[in-house]
Amino acid sequence: MNVNSNGYTYTFATVMVVLVAVLLSGASLGLKSKQESNVKQEKMQSILASVGVAVDRDEAQAAYDEVITKVLTIKGGEVVSEDRETAFNVDMAKAIKSSNMEREVPLYVANKNGESFYIVPMRGKGLWGPVWGFVSLEEDGNTVVGANFGHKSETPGLGAEISTPMFTDQFPGKKISEAGIFQSISVVKQGTSSGDYAVDGISGGTITSNGVNDMLADCLAPYAEYFKNI
Amino acid sequence: MSTEVKQKESLFSKKNRKLISDPFNDNNPITVQVLGICSALAITVKLEPAIVMSLSVVFVMAAGNVIISLIRNLIPNRIRIIVQLVVVASLVILVDQFLKAYAYDVSKQLSVFVGLIITNCIIMGRFEAFALANGPWKSFMDGIGNSIGYGVILIAVAFFRELLGSGALLGFQVIPDSWYIANGGFYANNGFFLFPPMALIVVGLIIWAQRAKNTKLIEEN
Repeated sequence: MNVNSNGYTYTFATVMVVLVAVLLSGASLGLKSKQESNVKQEKMQSILASVGVAVDRDEAQAAYDEVITKVLTIKGGEVVSEDRETAFNVDMAKAIKSSNMEREVPLYVANKNGESFYIVPMRGKGLWGPVWGFVSLEEDGNTVVGANFGHKSETPGLGAEISTPMFTDQFPGKKISEAGIFQSISVVKQGTSSGDYAVDGISGGTITSNGVNDMLADCLAPYAEYFKNI
Repeated sequence: MSTEVKQKESLFSKKNRKLISDPFNDNNPITVQVLGICSALAITVKLEPAIVMSLSVVFVMAAGNVIISLIRNLIPNRIRIIVQLVVVASLVILVDQFLKAYAYDVSKQLSVFVGLIITNCIIMGRFEAFALANGPWKSFMDGIGNSIGYGVILIAVAFFRELLGSGALLGFQVIPDSWYIANGGFYANNGFFLFPPMALIVVGLIIWAQRAKNTKLIEEN
């Protein structure tokens, strides 16, 4: 057999591609449920972390069921659904593509030690890939209680600092609207923030900081109408 | 007719053992062949990802070398690089999928670097230079040897970078808190160690130390 003939080369390539495709899709299907449950539990952890509840991944589901009392779907300032699963499974990457009033976005209502909180999910663009996060608000739907951010591939030491306490610790106490008018929270150049509506960005991580700034404005806005009426 | 039976080489003959031991010192992929430097710079800020990266490379390299060696007589010469690439890419994707399912936190830390194992020149280099010409067992030993030789340097660099850059090892603080200037002490972490150039300098120092000890590595001028 001539392993260098054209016919053999094509056959070899075809067989190889089919074998590898079967192997990889098999592995992907087999591990999918485990991977998805990891992602789901991590999302629950992040939601809980934004109201200061830190749990291990294994306990995330139980704690989530206990702390998160309601999950609403909001569209144009109105509640369109109260189904927990529907809201939890909203794909934020898709949702942010439609305009503020058009999109259907989830709002998590938490109850911790008798106090209620609202938790707003967000998603936006960083320098290298998507950034996301959760911002929790007090019962008034205005004062920030906590925030946490995640990112896919921001630069370690620069843009990736958005997920560290150094950045997120600035958020508690900030406000998102003034006398009923939505303001958002600006992420400004490091060392120049003042007042209730701005936080310091990351020096050296300007594009990521701007991404977070845009994300806050874009993702808090759809809820402004709803918070006005509570 | 000769009744002589060809003496079968034992699995751990001196020659085979040399395949594993050589890459530790005389023929280390990083310090002597200067391959795989990119990942040595990128993921050595902390010890844990460096260890996981090393283990992943050990697996990919050993399994890849064996697979290539098993099919070495079937591979059409003209597409052999593509075949090697497909083998290493499939193995890397498998590692990535398993990490995502069973070591989620680690997989998040390694993020893009797992994918970059594919481009690790050591792996393709060993496929091309060794596995295509040798049997599976030898290729296996060669793969283990080279990937551990790579891992040892990676872990050594990460050890110094995490210790001096963050004052910790595997995430545990080892420099006492009271030493720090913030707490009235005299010590400060060296932030430079967190940046890639310092990895290059540490690798350079390791090469220096190695050549000082192992004089046969010194090139004649």
